[in-house]
Amino acid sequence: MTVHPILAALRRHKAGVSLIVLQIALTLAIVCNAVFIIGQRIERLNRPTGIDESNLIKISQAWVGAPSGDDAASIEKLDALQRTDLDTLRSLPDVKEVAASESLPLSGIIWSSDISLSPEDKGLTAQSAYYYGDEHLRSTLGLHLIAGRDFNAGDILHHTIRSTDVSPVIIVAKPVADKLFPQGDALGKTVYLDGKKPSTIVGIVEQLQTPTTASWGNPFAYNSVLLPVRLDGTSASYAIRTRPGREQAVMHEARKALLAVNPMRIMPDAWGIQSFSDIRAKAYRADRGMAILMGTVCLILLGVTAAGIVGLTSFWVGQRHRQIGVRRALGARRIDILHYFQIENLMIAGIGVVLGVLLAVGLNLWLMAHYEMARIPLFYMTAAVLAMLALGQAAVFVPARRASNVPPVVATRAA
Amino acid sequence: MHMFGYYLELAMRSLKRSPGLTTLMVLAIGFGVAASMTTYSVFRAVSGDPIPWKSSKLFVPQIDMWGPGQHGGDREPPDALDYADAMALMRDHRATRQSAIYLISPSVIPAGAGRSPVQANGYGVYGEFFPMLDVPFQYGSGWSADDDAHQSAVAVISDKLNQQVFGGGNNVGRTIDIEGKDYRVAGVLADWNPQPIFYDVMDTGGYSSDGPDVFLPFQRAIAVNMTNSGVNECRDSPAEPGFVGLQHSNCVWIAFMAELDGAGAVQRYRQYLDDYARDQQAAGRFTWSPNNRLRNLPAYLDHMHVVPGDTKVSLLVALGLLIVCLVNTVGLLLAKFLRRSGEIGVRRALGASRSAIYAQFLTEAGVIGVGGGVLGLLLTGVGVLGVDLVLPIRLVGLARIDPALLLLTVLIAVVATLLAGIYPTFRASRVQPAWQLKSN
Repeated sequence: MTVHPILAALRRHKAGVSLIVLQIALTLAIVCNAVFIIGQRIERLNRPTGIDESNLIKISQAWVGAPSGDDAASIEKLDALQRTDLDTLRSLPDVKEVAASESLPLSGIIWSSDISLSPEDKGLTAQSAYYYGDEHLRSTLGLHLIAGRDFNAGDILHHTIRSTDVSPVIIVAKPVADKLFPQGDALGKTVYLDGKKPSTIVGIVEQLQTPTTASWGNPFAYNSVLLPVRLDGTSASYAIRTRPGREQAVMHEARKALLAVNPMRIMPDAWGIQSFSDIRAKAYRADRGMAILMGTVCLILLGVTAAGIVGLTSFWVGQRHRQIGVRRALGARRIDILHYFQIENLMIAGIGVVLGVLLAVGLNLWLMAHYEMARIPLFYMTAAVLAMLALGQAAVFVPARRASNVPPVVATRAA
Repeated sequence: MHMFGYYLELAMRSLKRSPGLTTLMVLAIGFGVAASMTTYSVFRAVSGDPIPWKSSKLFVPQIDMWGPGQHGGDREPPDALDYADAMALMRDHRATRQSAIYLISPSVIPAGAGRSPVQANGYGVYGEFFPMLDVPFQYGSGWSADDDAHQSAVAVISDKLNQQVFGGGNNVGRTIDIEGKDYRVAGVLADWNPQPIFYDVMDTGGYSSDGPDVFLPFQRAIAVNMTNSGVNECRDSPAEPGFVGLQHSNCVWIAFMAELDGAGAVQRYRQYLDDYARDQQAAGRFTWSPNNRLRNLPAYLDHMHVVPGDTKVSLLVALGLLIVCLVNTVGLLLAKFLRRSGEIGVRRALGASRSAIYAQFLTEAGVIGVGGGVLGLLLTGVGVLGVDLVLPIRLVGLARIDPALLLLTVLIAVVATLLAGIYPTFRASRVQPAWQLKSN
């Protein structure tokens, strides 16, 4: 079949053709960018934290009437309160391990700073998040130690977050080790956390995401450091590893046990005791929501565009009823008529997708300039183009088949 | 008016004749408008001016106490103040009203035995905070400059905390236990939780469904060592430990707001900030020339990017959807109108003018617009109720349905459809009467 008669016919429907082309182009541009946003969000929320997330609980609570001073006596009292809590939790059935643990990945509470190789804080540095905790921290979180040793009880300090003390030993995650010591000889080396006092790297863990998922944290998303410090304060947080499937039971028992030891504490339902799956759901709620929203808009968009193609093609089929009859009477087979409309749609959609790709790139560039957005990979473009062409073919099929069913006898009737 | 009724009748008859096409157009308009209005309702909620009658008079001073290249890569000073600079600004008091502000989270013990303590989020502020921000009181009031100076043990509490601690009612003058110490209730707030939380963007990111529960005099909170529970950013680690160490450091953790009446006052305050920075430079504390900012509230909120990028992108994508729906409607209306070339030809031959054809077909477009608008209303309702499921928690509950939104929904649907109808109507009005009669 030659395309010449199709072109001739299309020229008679300039307005209708332009509208479909425009609609396909806009749809492609928007869907392409929206699907890319969805892809990025899904990629984000599939990032590993590096910890063993199942059967893990975080408890955050504050004592009422606890000393608020920064003097040594107050700090000792706060530490005693915390140790009592840790012992209480450790004695619960179904609890495998308990650690003092200020933050967890995805929890949002972050302390971070630049780690440097020299006390003057110049030259090579690695912005890193600090995980404060005791000798049970690494094993409770299920972090994989790939070099060196774990903290032991003798390493553990205790002080407030606003202390100027610096731990002489630290464990770093591999990205921090690799950044500061590209030769791979980080173990045993000295670094500076505050630019004044040295700390020795005694262990390296494979992977540990920082506690924040905010965009400003992206440049150092896996730069984490474990500090052997039980943080003292009027509030304290604990991580609990439970026996498999016993999360809910432990959450219930832990609340009861802690309140029995000391009822004067604040431990609200909203953030007092949470399973890690809750923390994960909260952290990525916005990303999941954005993906759902973009997905909904895409579905509506594709539906509207498909319906538009069906509508306009149906109109053309109606308009050309007699011509189709004439062609059939002159020997065109039903399949020829079907192909005619399919090829016509392919040509229109073809122009639409070419224009659409240009628009999609433009929109992508604009979004990159104004919002946090990456360049759309070729894969997405290709997929979107093929999807649009397929959508056009699917939408045109029903009216095209109706056209192919026009009997030759129509040619003999008056218009 | 008589003709309009006739056109309406014609439109209804025509629409009924092709129910498929009509449904399609109504659906497209309905969905397009609803998606736009739903995302707009979120955008409207987060981009609104939290204090429109006063925002142009409220200013946020920023002072560069870190030096070039220390706060990101740009030349912007830090987003908040350190203790020394905030206190200097308070002491000099060059604004009509002003307050340093810092986030606290004390525990509060409800009156009466056997009640669980609650954690109250709130702020250490100066007495001028309340009149400056027109904070509404249910009972009592804020506190005086005298209370600030004497670090009085007074508190302003929210209606919610008033309920939790006292079970409600006028409790001005009663005693409340905050972080183990007694405070006299000076005032109980009426419902007050403006969004964005413009007086503390740094700690809240701008939005929270929970309003502040308690306000204490700034210097009182400092004196009882009530540590800052919000963000603190440091160029250097504090040299001394404890909360006092933070106060002696150049870490930034204090929000600041000043009320300045008129351009002259703004100019003088700007000058004052520069003079202050120059003094610090002369004293050797800053080794760089003054680099201050004095943005009014709308400019500051913009600078802090309080409107989430996701909200803007969602609105944009939804508007794109609306445009596609309109292009779609233009195409379908064109098909629908031109299919009736015969009818138009007859009407024209019988003496109908071009403008009569215009009126007839625009009426038909308008009817579709109203249909789409009504559907759009329903879908917008569903959308606004459902959008909370996909919003980040801090934005949940902000998007609301109100008469303005509903009116806008219908208005946009009708106007957009009429616009979409212009070209197809123009084409319909061009149909030649004679030609149509002949060919039929």
